[in-house]
Amino acid sequence: MNTGQNNSKAIENIETKSVMLEIKDLRKSFGDNAVLNGFNLKLYEGENLVIMGKSGSGKSVMIKCLVGLLQADSGSIKIMDQEINTLNQKDLNILRTEIGFLFQGSALYDSMTVRENLEFPLRRHKTRFKDASNMDELVTEALESVGLLHTVDLMPAELSGGMKRRIALARTLILKPKIILYDEPTSGLDPITSKEIIALMRSIQKQYKTSSLIITHDVDCARVVSERIVLLVDGVNYVEGTYSELSTSTDAQVKAFFK
Amino acid sequence: MSNSNGLKSFFIEIGELTLFAKRFFKEVFTKPFEFKELIRQCYAIGNRSILLVGVTGFIIGLVITLQTRPTLEEFGAESWMPSMVSLSIIREIGPVIIALTFAGRIASGIGAELGSMRVTEQIDAMEVSGTNPFKFLVVTRIVAATFMLPLLVLFGDAIALFGSYIIENIKGEVSFMLYFNKVFHVLDFSDLIPATIKTFFFGFAIALVGCFKGYNCEKGTVGVGAAANSAVVFSSMLLFIIDFIAVFVTDIFFDL
Repeated sequence: MNTGQNNSKAIENIETKSVMLEIKDLRKSFGDNAVLNGFNLKLYEGENLVIMGKSGSGKSVMIKCLVGLLQADSGSIKIMDQEINTLNQKDLNILRTEIGFLFQGSALYDSMTVRENLEFPLRRHKTRFKDASNMDELVTEALESVGLLHTVDLMPAELSGGMKRRIALARTLILKPKIILYDEPTSGLDPITSKEIIALMRSIQKQYKTSSLIITHDVDCARVVSERIVLLVDGVNYVEGTYSELSTSTDAQVKAFFK
Repeated sequence: MSNSNGLKSFFIEIGELTLFAKRFFKEVFTKPFEFKELIRQCYAIGNRSILLVGVTGFIIGLVITLQTRPTLEEFGAESWMPSMVSLSIIREIGPVIIALTFAGRIASGIGAELGSMRVTEQIDAMEVSGTNPFKFLVVTRIVAATFMLPLLVLFGDAIALFGSYIIENIKGEVSFMLYFNKVFHVLDFSDLIPATIKTFFFGFAIALVGCFKGYNCEKGTVGVGAAANSAVVFSSMLLFIIDFIAVFVTDIFFDL
């Protein structure tokens, strides 16, 4: 019970910080299939927020709407006080440099080496990263932060699944984003590698002071990294709370996740 | 009912391809320009096809000469061989067959490459990093193919004529100088220029269709295979339509 009170206090503390990302009444349908039915969310500065839900509950659709990969039917998405639905392509691309996105399948560019993968976003935002020596330093720093500096000249095909995920995380970090979106960061990985990725996410959050939105159905991941969890059911927020609050819930839908 | 649906989806696809081409023309002239990637694509597309084009051209030259020679011999007109073979290769057979070979290799390659990038979210990753993937992946490939195919066709034509000369030399003891004197005597700029201009359109169409199919690929790995396959079929069909229009226009201006 004490733990629950402490957790609630922790949430209250988070809510005093500035809002990095705010979603209001987000709706998205594919034909007759309504995936998001009025989803609401706030992500605070420095917070690790986990979104859980069954497959097909709309988690990935929601996260793709956040970065403009999908256009929502209605609703508002504000990232650092900018309404993304009203931004033109140029401003959206500038805003995207403040948001890191870790894809479920890593999405490393197959035809490029690890170094080229990391340099790719840097070269396209030259105004922020002018000289080449700075670029080398940034690549080294990002690879060191995921512990894979020795892979710099390897091709993605030469890496294991866990290494790919870590390189993808390094590529995400290289633009020094303020928000990182994780789409199923541990899916398809063995338990040991999953734990390594989870530990890495925590250390990155501490090192870079980022706000993180993590989509997962991995309960271990949620337990270790989350400060707050939102459960998404049928495209709406079903329940919200800390891990210990939700894991002791008597609600059947919630219990199903934390068995 | 299914025929009308098929026709409807065909026209929808034509419409989407037109919008895709429109986007290409909008993006190709706007900054930033991806010169490094363009050079890389020129090398990849040209280098990847040069051996195939060389072998195809050589065989075209051999086969046309071998097939035509007996007929001309019957009329005692074998001295016309260099003129006839060079005109047919330069004007039509060289550009069309080499473009078809190019379509088989490049359209399917582009379709499969971009298709797999789409289904593995690599294109989405480019987009969320604030990059324009259309400019980096599509514009560079279309421009590269548009300028590489004419060069490959000229190379293939030269190899085809050389193949034809080898047969003439073996069967008719025609010397290299005599053979190519006859070739250049009959060839005119009005033969070479329209034939070369149309290959720019062939290259553009092949890469456009390959990129369109790959960039809009859906349905996982099955979709990648379908994208590669339909890129070849669609671009080959488009080649014949462009060829017909090109010959028609050439006839108006050069009075074939």
